[in-house]
Amino acid sequence: MLNAQHLCKTYRSGEVDLEVIKDFSLSIEQSEFISLVGPSGSGKSTMLNMLGCLDTPTSGEIIINNTKITGMSKTQMAHFRGENIGFIFQSFNLIPVLSVYENIEYPLIMIQNLPEQEREERILKLLDEVGMLDQKDKTPDQISGGQMQRVAIARALITNPKLIFADEPTANLDTKTAYKIIDLMKKIQMEHQSTFVFATHDEKIVSTVDRIITIVDGELVDDKRISHE
Amino acid sequence: MNNIIKLSYRNLLRNGRRTLLTASLITLGVIFVLIYTALSGSFKGYMVGQITDSMMGHIQIHKKGYVAAVDNLPLDRNLPKMALEFIEPKIKENPLVESYSYRIKFGAMFSNFESTTNIRLNAIYPEAEFKTLPDLKKRITGMEDELKAGGIVIPELLAKGMKVKVGDTIVLVANNKSGSVNGVNLKVAGIVGQMSGPGGRDGYIHMDDAKKVLRMGLEVEVSEIVVRLKDVETLKEGMASLDSILEKKNKEGQSAFEVHSWEQLSPFYNIIKMIDIMNLSIKIILISIVLISILNVMIMSVFERVREIGTIAAMGTPPLTIVKLFLTEGLMLGVLGAILGSALSVGILYVLNIVKITYSFGKETGLVLSPVLHVNEVMGVSLIVIAIALVASISPAIKAARLDPVEALRSH
Repeated sequence: MLNAQHLCKTYRSGEVDLEVIKDFSLSIEQSEFISLVGPSGSGKSTMLNMLGCLDTPTSGEIIINNTKITGMSKTQMAHFRGENIGFIFQSFNLIPVLSVYENIEYPLIMIQNLPEQEREERILKLLDEVGMLDQKDKTPDQISGGQMQRVAIARALITNPKLIFADEPTANLDTKTAYKIIDLMKKIQMEHQSTFVFATHDEKIVSTVDRIITIVDGELVDDKRISHE
Repeated sequence: MNNIIKLSYRNLLRNGRRTLLTASLITLGVIFVLIYTALSGSFKGYMVGQITDSMMGHIQIHKKGYVAAVDNLPLDRNLPKMALEFIEPKIKENPLVESYSYRIKFGAMFSNFESTTNIRLNAIYPEAEFKTLPDLKKRITGMEDELKAGGIVIPELLAKGMKVKVGDTIVLVANNKSGSVNGVNLKVAGIVGQMSGPGGRDGYIHMDDAKKVLRMGLEVEVSEIVVRLKDVETLKEGMASLDSILEKKNKEGQSAFEVHSWEQLSPFYNIIKMIDIMNLSIKIILISIVLISILNVMIMSVFERVREIGTIAAMGTPPLTIVKLFLTEGLMLGVLGAILGSALSVGILYVLNIVKITYSFGKETGLVLSPVLHVNEVMGVSLIVIAIALVASISPAIKAARLDPVEALRSH
């Protein structure tokens, strides 16, 4: 589903070139629940951003669902993200002026332009799945952090993406809520057969994933699959 | 598009107080411009009306060189019968022309049998003159019905200076074209109020009396033809439609006649131009207010919402949609200001028209301000505001669309 070959990312800092990702190759299959781990500054978020088509590698190639991402224009990348990729952020990043329902509706209107009836069916189903159906008319400032992340998960899933990238999705949640959110993502991953890729330090997530990719100083140092049976 | 409007509307409500302040500023600017335009338009309309409807008409036709020598009131530069026969059909057949009037302008000695002074006179066919200058009668006091042969309408200042009143008999003595002197007794038929500008201190006599005093015989020569158009707004077209008069050449190969609009002849046109320039300046100030306030609000809006922009960009919102979102916000501010400003202006002008504010201009007092706001003016100012609001939002909108999602998501 995702194939990244020889990815390098270099940032220019004054007169010095900083190579944050070094010859990184990776292949991800459908329905995987993967965690990118590594110390702070190891390049996890940069890697996640490149795989999520938010950032472009300095060199190397990324192919998602047989589509070559590298070389796409900004607008093409935006369209590709809108159709194929979901994002879950550490700070939830809900749009404060929209209700829970409207936040989830946003990608369907602004990006996919689906008719109202189809939108409503999908949103209500997903709100039910994430346990937020009774909160659908509230605005983000009227719900808790855990509830916001549930809404963010629903928003990431509403376009039926096969790939969901989550950057530290539990970092702003208490332990109990974090477990609930992890369980929810696992459940959804199983039901939707979608692929989740996390960039995280959180042991609670790491202990539930079925593949751990370790990055140190921008290099892939370990890629192990874990069986939970 | 509905969803973009909905989201933009909600974003504007997010900072309700700031939105209200900005919209209020635009509203005040629109009110200022529209009220000023209506008031200056009222004054301008009065001025133009006075000049064209009681003094000069809309267009004047003279023999070549007459206007340059008008201060001397030269009788040797009158339009002869042949010229009138050439010009008259072109005026008569012109669909834009309402009426026209012949005038002989000349200088004479005016005596009340005790003292003598100079007077500038217009000899007229009263019916044609009053039709061509419908407000002239309003300037004349003491006149019953029409100016008849044997009567003279004298300027107010002269009447006071010479202590002459309506009904008094006076003597008019004038030189004709060949220099011979002649005089006639006339009865004061009315007193004409003074107006500034060329012709503003002239008296009026009947054409038949002018023929006598100037010993013209049957063939009338006139100094000028005053033309009234059906609509003063068609002045340019009216001037163009009389171009064929200029085709007639004199011995020097130049046009034998001159056709001038009132704008070319009256020094008051410069005041009217000044009013228009002031109008334009006020509009430029309005444009600056709208531009600066919306630019300021939109730039703040982009800076405050960098992470939100990063989020919607990450979700796949195309850059063009982000541009549309911010343009719509700016546009809504402009539309709100334009609608509120226009509505309040109409209300204020309604009150001004009820209250009836009076003013003085020169010797004239008690003039009533009648500000009128034309739909075109309201539409024009509103469109300017909306267009400038849109222009002011372009730069912030493009800035928002160009934000790198990764950098934007990192911001706090």
